Amino acid sequence: MTVLQSKVPDGPIADKWTQHKNNLKLVSPNNKRKYNVIVVGTGLAGAAAAASLGEMGYNVKAFCYQDSARRAHSIAAQGGINAAKNYPNDGDSVWRLFYDTVKGGDFRSREANVYRLAEVSNNIIDQCVAQGVPFAREYGGLLANRTFGGAQVSRTFYARGQTGQQLLLGAYSALMRQVNKGKVKVFPRREMLDLVNVDGVARGIITRNMVTGELEKHAADAVLVCTGGYGNVYFLSTNAMGCNVTAAWRCHKRGAFFANPCFTQIHPTCIPVSGDYQSKLTLMSESLRNDGRVWVPKNKDDKRSPDQIPDEDRDYYLERRYPAFGNMVPRDVASRAAKERCDAEFGVGETGMAVYLDFKRAIQEQGREAIEAKYGNLFHMYQKITDENPYKSPMRIYPAVHYTMGGLWVDYNLESTVPGLFVLGEANFSDHGANRLGASALMQGLADGYFVAPYTVGNHLAKTKPGEIGTDHDAFNSVEQEVKSRIDKLLSIQGNRSVDSFHRELGQIMWDKCGMARNAQGLGEAIEEIKSLRWSYWEDVNVTGKGDQLNQELEKAGRVADFLEYGELMCRDALKREESCGGHFREEHQTAENEAKRDDDHFCHVSAWEYHGDDKEPTRHQEELVFDNVELTTRSYK
Amino acid sequence: MKITLHIWRQDSPQAKGVFKRYQLDNVSTHMSFLEMLDVLNEKLVSQKEEPVVFEHDCREGICGCCGLMINGQAHGPDHETTACQLHMRKFKEGDHIWIEPWRAGAFPVLRDLMVDRTALDRIMQAGGFVSVNTGNAPEANANAISKRNADDSFDAATCIGCGACVASCKNASAMLFVSAKVSQFALLPQGQPERNARVENMIAQMDKEGFGGCTNTNECEAACPAGISVDNIARLNREFIAATLSSKD
Repeated sequence: MTVLQSKVPDGPIADKWTQHKNNLKLVSPNNKRKYNVIVVGTGLAGAAAAASLGEMGYNVKAFCYQDSARRAHSIAAQGGINAAKNYPNDGDSVWRLFYDTVKGGDFRSREANVYRLAEVSNNIIDQCVAQGVPFAREYGGLLANRTFGGAQVSRTFYARGQTGQQLLLGAYSALMRQVNKGKVKVFPRREMLDLVNVDGVARGIITRNMVTGELEKHAADAVLVCTGGYGNVYFLSTNAMGCNVTAAWRCHKRGAFFANPCFTQIHPTCIPVSGDYQSKLTLMSESLRNDGRVWVPKNKDDKRSPDQIPDEDRDYYLERRYPAFGNMVPRDVASRAAKERCDAEFGVGETGMAVYLDFKRAIQEQGREAIEAKYGNLFHMYQKITDENPYKSPMRIYPAVHYTMGGLWVDYNLESTVPGLFVLGEANFSDHGANRLGASALMQGLADGYFVAPYTVGNHLAKTKPGEIGTDHDAFNSVEQEVKSRIDKLLSIQGNRSVDSFHRELGQIMWDKCGMARNAQGLGEAIEEIKSLRWSYWEDVNVTGKGDQLNQELEKAGRVADFLEYGELMCRDALKREESCGGHFREEHQTAENEAKRDDDHFCHVSAWEYHGDDKEPTRHQEELVFDNVELTTRSYK
Repeated sequence: MKITLHIWRQDSPQAKGVFKRYQLDNVSTHMSFLEMLDVLNEKLVSQKEEPVVFEHDCREGICGCCGLMINGQAHGPDHETTACQLHMRKFKEGDHIWIEPWRAGAFPVLRDLMVDRTALDRIMQAGGFVSVNTGNAPEANANAISKRNADDSFDAATCIGCGACVASCKNASAMLFVSAKVSQFALLPQGQPERNARVENMIAQMDKEGFGGCTNTNECEAACPAGISVDNIARLNREFIAATLSSKD
């Protein structure tokens, strides 16, 4: 028996969403203005939801930790956004996009959610074009497409290598329009530090004003958490420096179940680590694999510079191992293949932890200009960082933490196990299973924000009396007090180690033992190591400055404290999932060819963790995944 | 390499700021400029001093958070490069580096190197959008847009909103920022219905925020990390005149 009710409606998969929308309760136009909604995070999911709810007439408060809503990390997405428009006439359809995404996720996502995602994908493109998002176009003036990993059709819409930026600016402009109309109020430089529930229902949040240090109470009739993923638990990732798990983790500690925390995407094409001062890793878009070929020398002692190594001495290992998809295999497969070559000592560069991504043939065939038009800004960025010219010598790349498929558990309405608390975008778990395909994060963020939450949040509000609970309720005071004592505690330790030094150490444990490959022994060790690191954190961290001022060390300290709890949950989840699937590779569970070996008999489910207290073991719940429409197959890209 | 830093320290918007001098001895040429500041901050924290406050987030040159005056140049000496993408290989042994916040009346300093740029958001609120509600959109390919207009629109749309144009301008003008958004929409069919109102409202808000006028020195273009061209300012002026002439008020 499970306590988790997915609320997936009955009926044929293609009709579920339409039918469900017909059954959702509505709030009449006159009543909408009586309801307050809080949206935390202003990335694609948050900005889209806040703008759409404002347009509908609700009063929205939108919060972000950046100085402007336009800077959320969705902005850094490079490659593109999928949609089933079938403009290239290559046989694409909603069904194929759905199927590819379910398969790409290694059959660990909820079928009905993914179908809905594919279904609304075309509306997203329409909406963004109407907002003035300048997608790439053909000479005839119509929209252009390109191919992304895990698909055999061209369904990815793009804006050079800056698709995330352009989509976010579209959502941000819609948001600014609602600010102008007085329907949305944006609170920048605010960090959500806790969730306030009254009688088990989400009623508001506690934020810290990052300029003045003041704690603020905000009440609402629904709370939407759109705060992205937890990749920065690894310290080094492609995430922005400020990305953190705090909002989601605080919700978890207030009753929201955390689903599949061990599902992390390690992106195959990132600029390798170069020094111990390194603060973050930079992604090179997957779209580069359209024209770039991945290789290492055939001979591990071959120390010639890459341009001196002839084709016959190169091992294009993706093309060799996966002839059907070649360089365009999904991310988890490409990452593991790179790790395999480097572990076998075929890696290149100073550290041996890199492989080549080579554009020589593409430049010969298409000309430098064509390559520049497609990837100019990426080549430019690569050169800035490495001081090497990728038009002349191949890029060196290595996998890095990029995206997190796990997140707060939500039902079909995107509502968590705390009624009134909705979770959108990367912060929820629902659509990508154990591995996300390229160009589908933007799709999911916008689908949730523009086309799902506006319907399902209304259904919750229709059952709620507006403004019933205000910030004068006792619950707000007591949660605020807890937040305050936690801040005071952090400031009072005055130990000897910096916040960053703890974060780096945590990141190293996670990368070594809960990274691209995991095993029971390592995970067991990691759990103990994290516990002891957490213990020394609360004894020996040095947080400089005061609480009632702009204090970046304090901001980091709160986030790292939460990562130190969260990392342990990831390891627990990875330990319990005794199979390999998508980005979760358990060394004990692999085929003779070193491919991931799923165990559908025992693990065709979502794990969802319930918190019971800091000194108590969490409970692992299961939501069984039912696949009525696709056949569970062994994922093969050969 | 060894470098000497002179960094603007200012405790609060009201406090008086001063340059403080710091010495770093082991700077690798592969470090980014912000990683060099991380190293300094780590050192300050270990000495129980308060680290230097500076804005940063994506560290990939796209979010527009970071903004530093480095030796008097917005984002430092590298062309079309944000401070986070600037690398220490651009400096040499023994260099003195002066680091200041953006200086503009419309961007008050919050602390050290961090300023308040919400004035740019308010300009966007005044008209930097196409009025289309979610769910109202026509089929995406209903309008063909010439590749040239689409490309020019895209070039303008790549503005990251960092404020380097304002900081580098002797008049603290936000014309390059405003012109980028006005151009993006003026070149697209989607932007036509609100074309006149948009430029008028955005300019009015820009003036209200206390940004200066443009005197065509083109410092903004030279400083812009996204390579936004001053051609957009010419277009902005044209749009503004056309809007004023056709205005019904």
